[in-house]
Amino acid sequence: MKTELRTALRIGLLGGLVASHICLVGMLETFAKRNLIGDYLSMGYLLLLTLFLFVGYKATQVAQKAATGLLCAIIAGGITGASLSDLVFLTQNFQLREIFAHASPALVKLLTLGQSKSLGLLIPIVSGISWSLFGGFFALLPKLWRRVLLNTLLLTLLLGLLRDILNSLLPGDFGKTLFTSSGLTYIGAGSSLFCGGILIWAFLTYREQQKLKPETSESRNSPLQKLLFSLLILFLLTFPLWSKSFLSNVADSVGLYIIMGLGLNLVVGFAGMLDLGFVAFYAIGAYTMAVLTSPSGIFHFSFWQALPFSMLIAMSGGIILGLPILRMRGDYLAIATLGFGEIIRILVISDFLKPYLGGAQGITNIGKPEIAQFTFKNPEHFYYLILIGCLIAWFIASRLKKSRLGRAWMAIREDEDVAQAMGINRVTTKLTAFAIGALFGGLSGAIFASMVDSVVPKSFDLLISINVLALIIVGGIGSLPGVLVGAVVLVGLPELLREFQEYRLLVYGAVLVTMMLYRPEGLWPEVTLQHILHKTAQPEFPVRPLPTPEKK
Amino acid sequence: MLTLNAIHSYYGQIHALKGVSFTVEKGEIVTLIGSNGAGKTTTLNTISGLIKPRSGEILFEGQRIDNLAPHEIAKRGISQSPEGRKIFGRMTVRENLEMGAFNRKDQAGIRHDLAQILELFPRLRERFNQSGGTLSGGEQQMLAIGRALMSRPRILTLDEPSMGLAPILVAQIFKIICDINQQGTTILLIEQNAQMALSIATRGYVLETGQIVLQGPAKDLLASPQVRKAYLGG
Ligand SMILES: Nc1ncnc2c1ncn2[C@@H]1O[C@H](COP(=O)(O)OP(=O)(O)OP(=O)(O)O)[C@@H](O)[C@H]1O
Ligand SMILES: [Mg+2]
Repeated sequence: MKTELRTALRIGLLGGLVASHICLVGMLETFAKRNLIGDYLSMGYLLLLTLFLFVGYKATQVAQKAATGLLCAIIAGGITGASLSDLVFLTQNFQLREIFAHASPALVKLLTLGQSKSLGLLIPIVSGISWSLFGGFFALLPKLWRRVLLNTLLLTLLLGLLRDILNSLLPGDFGKTLFTSSGLTYIGAGSSLFCGGILIWAFLTYREQQKLKPETSESRNSPLQKLLFSLLILFLLTFPLWSKSFLSNVADSVGLYIIMGLGLNLVVGFAGMLDLGFVAFYAIGAYTMAVLTSPSGIFHFSFWQALPFSMLIAMSGGIILGLPILRMRGDYLAIATLGFGEIIRILVISDFLKPYLGGAQGITNIGKPEIAQFTFKNPEHFYYLILIGCLIAWFIASRLKKSRLGRAWMAIREDEDVAQAMGINRVTTKLTAFAIGALFGGLSGAIFASMVDSVVPKSFDLLISINVLALIIVGGIGSLPGVLVGAVVLVGLPELLREFQEYRLLVYGAVLVTMMLYRPEGLWPEVTLQHILHKTAQPEFPVRPLPTPEKK
Repeated sequence: MLTLNAIHSYYGQIHALKGVSFTVEKGEIVTLIGSNGAGKTTTLNTISGLIKPRSGEILFEGQRIDNLAPHEIAKRGISQSPEGRKIFGRMTVRENLEMGAFNRKDQAGIRHDLAQILELFPRLRERFNQSGGTLSGGEQQMLAIGRALMSRPRILTLDEPSMGLAPILVAQIFKIICDINQQGTTILLIEQNAQMALSIATRGYVLETGQIVLQGPAKDLLASPQVRKAYLGG
């Protein structure tokens, strides 16, 4: 009992710290501008609400008995709420704004729901306690219900966030009943909770039953899966036809990142070499395309003539990078590749190469792809080019994974010395990983250059390398579907939430830390894929690539 | 079959092997014993090319191999079950074994050997689709030996196969080593467990701080007072 109360206290204080942080960096206010459900539940409130729920859930989870658990939830939620009340009180009575620019009357109004002083101070505490209680009840539910509820809530959240895409799919009037200008209507949310709940419940029970049955090859390709797959294909093929132009733009960047991700995944995921300079190949591909096709240059190639050169030169870049660092492992490798990425960027800016690469101004008027009379001009056109690029990259990557070379990469990843003693040629194996990965990077860069029509050194900074690496990790290192999921989550979603640009890196960091704590294997980890591909039995112990840290 | 001639190996400045010479003849079990840090693992890694000797020569079936890359040495038929097992943790037992046959093309032969290895280690059959990292220590050792055998080596080198195993498992492993040898594979066995190693070996060498200090038929070494004192506790 005593330790449980102490844990509740700690969780409550931590929750309070996070809640105050969210408020003081201005996230609450910014997020409050977008209403997700109806015109009352904004993303800001949703953020606090989730926090309360989580605090209650955590506090209940550590307790032995249900009653103690709920008591803990009340205490923890109360403390979290109280710290917000405290914040309100301080903001009202002291000049907090001199230090925290966001501790404004607007924030107070949000936290107190516009109520007067004393009543207003109670509101955060009361809501903290009540939502934490809900979180506590949630923790006490049976596992199946918990999963149904969680997935339904996530689905509704996702539907609200993806309103722009979904709304353009629906006929006008129908769309209006379900969607507001920024999220879901109450009807929309209600039907999502209801229908989504039933569907998810049915799906989860179905899967539980499937697990009990011995696996056959038919159960793998059920008609339902085929239907979903065809729908997905249809969705991908027609996407630019019905969505807004800016959405095609988002899809294009997701696609370019997928190509890069598939490339880097060969190096990091399959061969196990941490490469922090992947942007170098993207830049080489883009600049090669620019130099070869720009009218201000001397080559005047067409897009299609230049494309193979972009890829080949990027690939040579991969080999040149690979040679000196063949013997490096782990940290040293990461630092060396990081340096390589920077070298390329600095070379591009340098005065020395300015006559050829345009220095900081870069190169403009890059060639567009043409097929017969048709020229690819706008994002919708490029969408199809990128889609084909993704498919080719996917095809190559998945073939490589199952090939002899792929197995050699994985052996090198697991243990370089043993792999060599098994007869694997370390030099060629590592170099091909770098080369093919770089080739994908070059392809992505070349399409990018042609699409945006100009290349400037600024577009090729370290953040791209980090993004690509992060999307691989979030998706599930070494997993191909993981790359897709990772790119959609880390590149697509932030683009759709442009109004929150300033908090992008903060959220990014939080997502990565949470992932590493609770799901280190990624959103779509490799093992599941392995079982699908090889049709092998489930191992007796769940296989996790990385150990989950022990909780004390 | 395998001959080391005055091999000197270094780790940077550290002189780990100071002129090691020995031979392994076809069909033998030769054991190399010695205390911690004597240079046993270094000797094995020098043979398999992971460490390049600074001087001396290594001959395998009459040809020099000390200047070859590790994978080329492996292709000639020298296979290693490394110290500490070092199996591929994120691959299944099956994939680990298949990696052992990486350079073989004869599918039928591979299937035959796989079946035979599973016969030898029934535990591996039960764990066939489990990932290597989740095996117990003993099972990992079996896997490491099985993987080394999958290349159908001319000579199998084993680095402390008994390390960390229960006595009953040690006896089992040694029995299997004998069986493998009976089927025609030459074996170079490195051990701390001198008693066990010498009892199954044809000949033995004693390594001390990078030098061979004693050599002879295994029976003689077992009886030698020097060995008894240093390795067999009296
Ligand atoms: N990577 C290394 N760098 C520097 N010195 C090393 C390295 N590996 C081994 N040594 C040194 O070389 C010597 C021989 O080591 P080796 O691993 O061959 O011993 P060993 O006979 O296998 O011992 P053990 O029975 O404990 O495995 C030791 O003194 C060791 O400290
Ligand atoms: Mg050793």
